Amino acid sequence: MSGHEYLGKIPEGLNYTKEHEWVKLEGRTAKVGITDYAQHALTDIVFVELPEAGKKAVQFKPLCVVESVKSVSDIFSPISGEVARANESLKEKPENINNDPYGEGWIAEMNVSDSNELKNLMNSAQYKDYLEAKKK
Amino acid sequence: MELIFEKSVEGRKAVQLPELDVPFQKEILPQDAMRKDLELPEVSELDVVRHYTALSRMNFGVDNGFYPLGSCTMKYNPKINEDAARLSGFSMLHPYTPEEFSQGALQVIYELERYLEEITGMDAFTLQPAAGSHGELTGVMLIKKYFKSIGEKRSKVLIPDSAHGTNPASVALCGFECVEIKSNKEGEIDIDDLRLKLSGDVAAIMITNPNTLGLFETRILDIAEMMHNNGSLVYMDGANLNAIVGIARPGDFGIDVLHSNLHKTFSTPHGGGGPGAGPVGVKNHLKKFLPKPRVELEGGKYRLNYDLPDSIGRVRAFYGNFGILVRAYTYIRSNGWGGIRAIGENSVLNANYLKEKLKSHYHLPHDKICKHEFILTDKELSNGVTTGDVAKRLLDHGSYAPTIYFPLIVPGAIMIEPTETESKETLDWFAGLMINIKEEAETNPENVKNAPLTTQVSRLDGVLAARKPVLRYKK
Amino acid sequence: MHYIPNTEKQKKEMLDAIGVSDVLELFSDIPKELILKGRLNIPPAMSELEVKRHMESIASKNKTGVSFLGAGAYNHFVPSLVNHLILRGEFFTSYTPYQPEASQGMLQAIFEYQSMICALTEMDVANASMYDNSSALAEAAIMACRIKKKNKILLSKTVHPEHREVVKTYANANSIEVVEMGYEDGITSIDSAENISNTAGFAAVLVQNPNFFGCIEDMEKIERFAHENGALFVVSVNEPTSLGLLKSPGDCGADIVVGEGHSFGNPVSFGGPFVGFMAAKEEYMRQIPGRLAGQTIDKNGKRGFVLTLQAREQHIRREKANSNICTNQALNALAVTITLAAIGKELKNLAMQNLQKSHYAKSLLKKKGIEIIFDSEFYNEFAVKLENMEKSKERILKNNIIPGLDLDRFYPELKNCMLVCVTEMNTRQDIEKLAEAMGE
Repeated sequence: MSGHEYLGKIPEGLNYTKEHEWVKLEGRTAKVGITDYAQHALTDIVFVELPEAGKKAVQFKPLCVVESVKSVSDIFSPISGEVARANESLKEKPENINNDPYGEGWIAEMNVSDSNELKNLMNSAQYKDYLEAKKK
Repeated sequence: MELIFEKSVEGRKAVQLPELDVPFQKEILPQDAMRKDLELPEVSELDVVRHYTALSRMNFGVDNGFYPLGSCTMKYNPKINEDAARLSGFSMLHPYTPEEFSQGALQVIYELERYLEEITGMDAFTLQPAAGSHGELTGVMLIKKYFKSIGEKRSKVLIPDSAHGTNPASVALCGFECVEIKSNKEGEIDIDDLRLKLSGDVAAIMITNPNTLGLFETRILDIAEMMHNNGSLVYMDGANLNAIVGIARPGDFGIDVLHSNLHKTFSTPHGGGGPGAGPVGVKNHLKKFLPKPRVELEGGKYRLNYDLPDSIGRVRAFYGNFGILVRAYTYIRSNGWGGIRAIGENSVLNANYLKEKLKSHYHLPHDKICKHEFILTDKELSNGVTTGDVAKRLLDHGSYAPTIYFPLIVPGAIMIEPTETESKETLDWFAGLMINIKEEAETNPENVKNAPLTTQVSRLDGVLAARKPVLRYKK
Repeated sequence: MHYIPNTEKQKKEMLDAIGVSDVLELFSDIPKELILKGRLNIPPAMSELEVKRHMESIASKNKTGVSFLGAGAYNHFVPSLVNHLILRGEFFTSYTPYQPEASQGMLQAIFEYQSMICALTEMDVANASMYDNSSALAEAAIMACRIKKKNKILLSKTVHPEHREVVKTYANANSIEVVEMGYEDGITSIDSAENISNTAGFAAVLVQNPNFFGCIEDMEKIERFAHENGALFVVSVNEPTSLGLLKSPGDCGADIVVGEGHSFGNPVSFGGPFVGFMAAKEEYMRQIPGRLAGQTIDKNGKRGFVLTLQAREQHIRREKANSNICTNQALNALAVTITLAAIGKELKNLAMQNLQKSHYAKSLLKKKGIEIIFDSEFYNEFAVKLENMEKSKERILKNNIIPGLDLDRFYPELKNCMLVCVTEMNTRQDIEKLAEAMGE
């Protein structure tokens, strides 16, 4: 993913990875997904290989796979923990990720093992700077 | 258009077999071993002929018009090759026919290997692989076995970022790790990046020369030397051999193992996606690892030698796509040494001529001598018209589209390979089309963006096809 | 002769337009020392007439005609319309349908091919073709290991020996362990498997049906064995005309089915080009290697076909692709499609004729006192034991018939045994002549 003009929405209150995943911490659980920038770069998403409930996730290691017409991409977990549930709506409507990447397009809900890991991630301002630097 | 299944009428038949001429034996197989239904079409012979004739008319081949698909070498497929392959002595010959009765077939294999060795400058060939990527896989297996035989554990293969997707796929299939090498501004392998990534763990580099940008790797001798000094091997993807046949030989510029594509350089037909053949050539130090069997000539007789203890084994049953080998053999015999040289000269002449005609109208990332193909991009097109749009608009004018969006390192790439069998008038005509489309992008962009407008179907929804795959007919 | 249309005059015009005086200047990017000075050491050009004569003379050194050879290459009836249709230039000289709007003919034909393979095998999804049965089987083994995340497979010794060799070549390259299962009375012996499989789990059980000896495997037993052990049941159909009669692999519970399609519309041609097929259950759709043609609609809602799920293929996924396959066997697949469209439900009759003729041959040979070495039921091939293999082959050849295959070539334990194949192409007279020659 390079050479893009489109930065997309970057909501505050979320944390972001260099590989364009987001995480929203809600107490001991977190929701994860991919950013607006990512969904735009992938173009139309056709299939999501959802992670299974109970799967152990490690920060920055592959969590699941997202397939678009153009590519099949690994999604890396922004945080360590255990998958509580995956967004089953993506089975019928993978395009939810394109249409609403931070809302209905969430991919998995996790039980977080160490919320301190958030310090390894960027906040919305930092992610915005990161994308602008990539543009050049 | 309806599917052949949708044209079924119960009870209709196209084929009638002779009456059974042996006494009928009852109940040979138990009932529970037999199938119940057989959901195949029930149509008449005329139905079949009309249906597939109609389908053919919704298709486009070299026989219809210009097909400048870069990297595929869509040259004219001589009909004499067809006649040769269909001689009953070839087409009706069973692969296990005793050797003394298949001397003609063994001769074709033997002699074709020799011709390919001479044309490429390699020491030995195997004709078993069924396609280019199959040849790549075979080549990588040879490399793997070579290092095993000298007791060295090397796990990496270097691949330029401009490589065809089959290269890293073939490498990964053999358990090697792919390490990407950057291309420089001139469109060739970045030697400094290569030097950086070279290590004792590197088994080989997999290059394409001329490369996928249509350029000759001018520093190939240095690259080969660096690799050999490192104890590594050089693999060449021979998809672009058409540019240099009769002019230069990979075996002379340091290649240890290569594959060639008979359905590209050697005119065997593309068939809508195969069959092809991907013979693999090697230098002597890899010869003993070649797949078995090998055809040998002894005392005027050809024989099959299976006694090859160091061979990697078989990569397919029998001997290869023999019917394709007959076609390539016929082609090489028709052309002779003079014709082969003319192929190299004219494929490069045609490409450079076409490039000259288009370079002031389209963005040309590398303004220098090309080989048999060249790349333009959509960078200077107005109104957001893209490479994809240009390709679709060409279809409206009776030309097939060039290869698009490959290689990945050139955004919006349009890869044009005319081949040597196209005339100057065709090239002038195509240049005219491309220039028209550029102008249309300025004055009437909607025409280009909505193309194709005159084909059987308009732009097809690829997203729907991938989201809700329907891959077969269901009643 | 060559196929270059431009005259010397035109070439000069083109050189002028480029701004060079000699075509060799266009090769100045190649180091001078690499440019060939002399001629390639291959024969000089020939005119079409000379080439024709030359090829005819080589072809005449091969012996074809009445034959009882099978063993993975089968002589079957090809309706005359097949060649007339596949030779149409629009099919023949086209390439991969990357521009679907101009290639609807080929794409629809591929979709029909996929549909016919599904109908024959009674599986959910099939790809656009593979090189041949042997490489399809090897790819199925790799696919099974990827799905089950294991690296061991059980392969029956009754699978075609050359196919097994190819599976082993691919397996070696992928660090997959291949364990072979023995046979008894011509079919796979599960008991031998049960002894050797008691260690780590295996990803798949691979068998061929009908097998190399022509025998019909106990599919029920093997399916149960595979699935009880959490392995995939992979079936190879080397002689798919058998599917006109036999219970389909899908109906037998197969997870992946591969096979050789050449029996439909493609001559034996000394072993190639052939055409592999692969089909699988719906849940494995995204794991299948190779191309897939899918149905969709255009901007106006009209039905059309495209290559789909390409993101898993080499040209996009590159080193993480399911396979490296690119060019496949499209034209041979087209011949399969047209042949199956023409034969249709008459395939049942064709298969029945194969069964009847082979069993007639068996009864004649039995009457001559020749031993039929396996009791297991068979389709159109069976193995016999001869007193003197060389003498029998000589006599058969004297009658201008090509004898069956020496089995000890692949199975040293089967000395003086011959694999005899009888198809609808062998007449009653052929069979009786064979029996006469063998019975002396």
